[in-house]
Amino acid sequence: MEMWFSDIHTPNIKLSIRVKKQLFSERSDIQQVDVFDSEDLGRFITLDGEVVFSEKDEFIYDEMVAHVPMAVHPNVKKVLVIGGGDGGVAKELCNYPEIEQIDVVEEDEMFVYVSKKFFPETAAGLEDKRVNLYIQDELRFLRGKVGEYDLIINDSTDPFGPTEGLFTKEFYGSCYKALNDTGIMVYQHGSPFYDEDEAECRKMHQKVFRCFPVSRVYQAHIPTCPSGYWLFGFASKKYHPVNDFDPERWKKRNIKTWYYSTNLHIGSFMLPRYVVDILKEAEKDG
Amino acid sequence: MDKLTQNRAPLYEALEAFRKKRIVPFDVPGHKRGRGNPQLVELLGEKCVSLDVNSMKPLDDLCHPSSVIRDAETLAAEAFGAAYSFFMVGGTTSAVQSMIMSVCKAGDKIIMPRNVHKSAINALILCGAVPVYVNPEVDEKLGISLGMEPEQLKKAVEDNPDAVAVLVNNPTYYGICSDLKSIVKIAHSHNMKVLVDEAHGTHFYFSESLPMSAMEAGADMSAVSMHKSGGSLTQSSLLLLNKGMNVDYVRQIINLTQTTSASYLLMASLDISRRNLALNGGEYFKKVTEMAEYARSEINDVGEYYAYGKELINGTSVYDFDVTKLAVYTRDLGLAGIEVYDILRDEYDIQIEFGDICNILAYISIGDRFQDIERLVGALYDIKRLYKRDKTGMLSAEYIAPKVAVAPVKAFYSEKVSLPIRSTAGKICAEFVMCYPPGIPILAPGELITEEIIQYILYAKAKGCSMQGTEDFAVERLNVLK
Repeated sequence: MEMWFSDIHTPNIKLSIRVKKQLFSERSDIQQVDVFDSEDLGRFITLDGEVVFSEKDEFIYDEMVAHVPMAVHPNVKKVLVIGGGDGGVAKELCNYPEIEQIDVVEEDEMFVYVSKKFFPETAAGLEDKRVNLYIQDELRFLRGKVGEYDLIINDSTDPFGPTEGLFTKEFYGSCYKALNDTGIMVYQHGSPFYDEDEAECRKMHQKVFRCFPVSRVYQAHIPTCPSGYWLFGFASKKYHPVNDFDPERWKKRNIKTWYYSTNLHIGSFMLPRYVVDILKEAEKDG
Repeated sequence: MDKLTQNRAPLYEALEAFRKKRIVPFDVPGHKRGRGNPQLVELLGEKCVSLDVNSMKPLDDLCHPSSVIRDAETLAAEAFGAAYSFFMVGGTTSAVQSMIMSVCKAGDKIIMPRNVHKSAINALILCGAVPVYVNPEVDEKLGISLGMEPEQLKKAVEDNPDAVAVLVNNPTYYGICSDLKSIVKIAHSHNMKVLVDEAHGTHFYFSESLPMSAMEAGADMSAVSMHKSGGSLTQSSLLLLNKGMNVDYVRQIINLTQTTSASYLLMASLDISRRNLALNGGEYFKKVTEMAEYARSEINDVGEYYAYGKELINGTSVYDFDVTKLAVYTRDLGLAGIEVYDILRDEYDIQIEFGDICNILAYISIGDRFQDIERLVGALYDIKRLYKRDKTGMLSAEYIAPKVAVAPVKAFYSEKVSLPIRSTAGKICAEFVMCYPPGIPILAPGELITEEIIQYILYAKAKGCSMQGTEDFAVERLNVLK
């Protein structure tokens, strides 16, 4: 028997993964949640039919959104992780003793349940006593928060579908307001390669660029995402991701990583020409 | 055939049966199930174009319904507690006009508030009836006109015993409801018919906790926009009749102006939506109410916005309030409603129903989700952060009570002259001027133009309202009586 899961990247391109077994399939109030087991990627989770992460490549996202800002900001005490119900980002953040509080806001309780059940190693990040998990609409949680956080990480990946509200001007505005004067926001910036993704990427940069004094974009290679190439955004009120980066300080921490390194930190901000052009155009249009 | 019950949809069922027969069309429409217009098929889908057919025996005829359309109309009447219902395919505009023309002839008097939709005043031009306006009270702060007060109606009825009908818009766009039961009692005791423009009140028929519907209050006719809160396709509507109306005469009136090629897509959507409402309406509108109430309390928590609700109820001019309506007063923010409306669309990708001088209205329906409500509230929060400014110098009124000098029909067809708008004060207007939406005329034919009204029009234009109604497309000149 052959069973394949296909992630539709464009109407004409898909990524198919041979499935050993489907482990979970249910509809939450918000979305369709499925978990599969595969030969090469291990277990992977899909929301509304799109891969969110797999055991094999999940460390790349988590490390890139956690360590990049943590290696720049000298003193992070309070962090907000938006849409981080799997616990992966919280787990990386727990490596930093100076962090006193990690608020994780996740809209879908089922996503947390499934993460804990099928990805216990990742979800272990939610067990640290500094972590507070809120099951709530993320925009609702942010509303009214003023100057509270040193770092906000938006871990939601999909600008279409249930999390589309986390890629809007009001969302970035709310994050700006919720950060203190030296705060940093890191977010998933999508993939710039295919047409529709590119348009969304452009719009996203335009919105953030107008909202924050510092707005840079960095990259990573993530095999399960469209075209395998993924961008992240670094927006901040004060710190520059490269100029204020302190590699020696970070190295002294001796944090074990598999993707992130201090050399890669610099390199990840060195973008291909076509991406630089997209971003520049977006800034001009804005 | 099975018994006619609310879980049937006779017209929809007939269309399905017809589709399966694969009949070869040598009749209109000429696209012939889409084959003659592939791009149309690509846009609308094969199923949709294959159901775009003409009236024929198995599918009945809207102009003279005797089988499946008649059955569908019968079920709709039952669902709405009416004696009879007509499927309308020319929007609620045509339902309102048919309603008025069914009871008024040229020269007849009809009592109505002035803050009606333009379709009602249009009907007066078409049939030559003469309006007797009952000027609604205006909420000083919000600038919106309120409901029809029974005391005022009583006076109008006594002053005009020869009037033939009373028309009332209930609820208003903003959710304000009048005391329909008392209005019906007063009108009927003077042998006047009661017509209700219920364009924004379809949902009243399917919830115990919402304000009273026109049919329940005993009104004689009501125009119901199924395509608003009822979920049918745009342009489809219902005209409801209570006991004592001459159904066949009303049909003749409708057929004076309604198309003879009624769209089966529109009619089927009415049939399906009626079934849906009859079976699930209570549950739907409970959820809509929850969403609207949640949004209201969240928006009020943001501060400097005022999302109003049941606290407006005062027993007279606000007899009841439709809590599914989410109207928000924005003037304290230093922003006109129309400005917030534009910012929401241009900056936040959120399209709301309308913005006027002081308010915005977000239409909440069964198609909404809580996460979208969060976006709307989040955007309003962000707008306050980024755009708030000093409010001095802002106009406050949405509604200026007009002075009627000449009957609309007379003014509309009189000898007239076009003047620049700034030099029209003191003249009598020969045409409509309105912001659309909401489509309540600022000036109607036959009304005196005042300096205050001119300033209002110029202000609304400058703020970005879409002005319409005048012969001059740019609304820089007005036609006035010679």
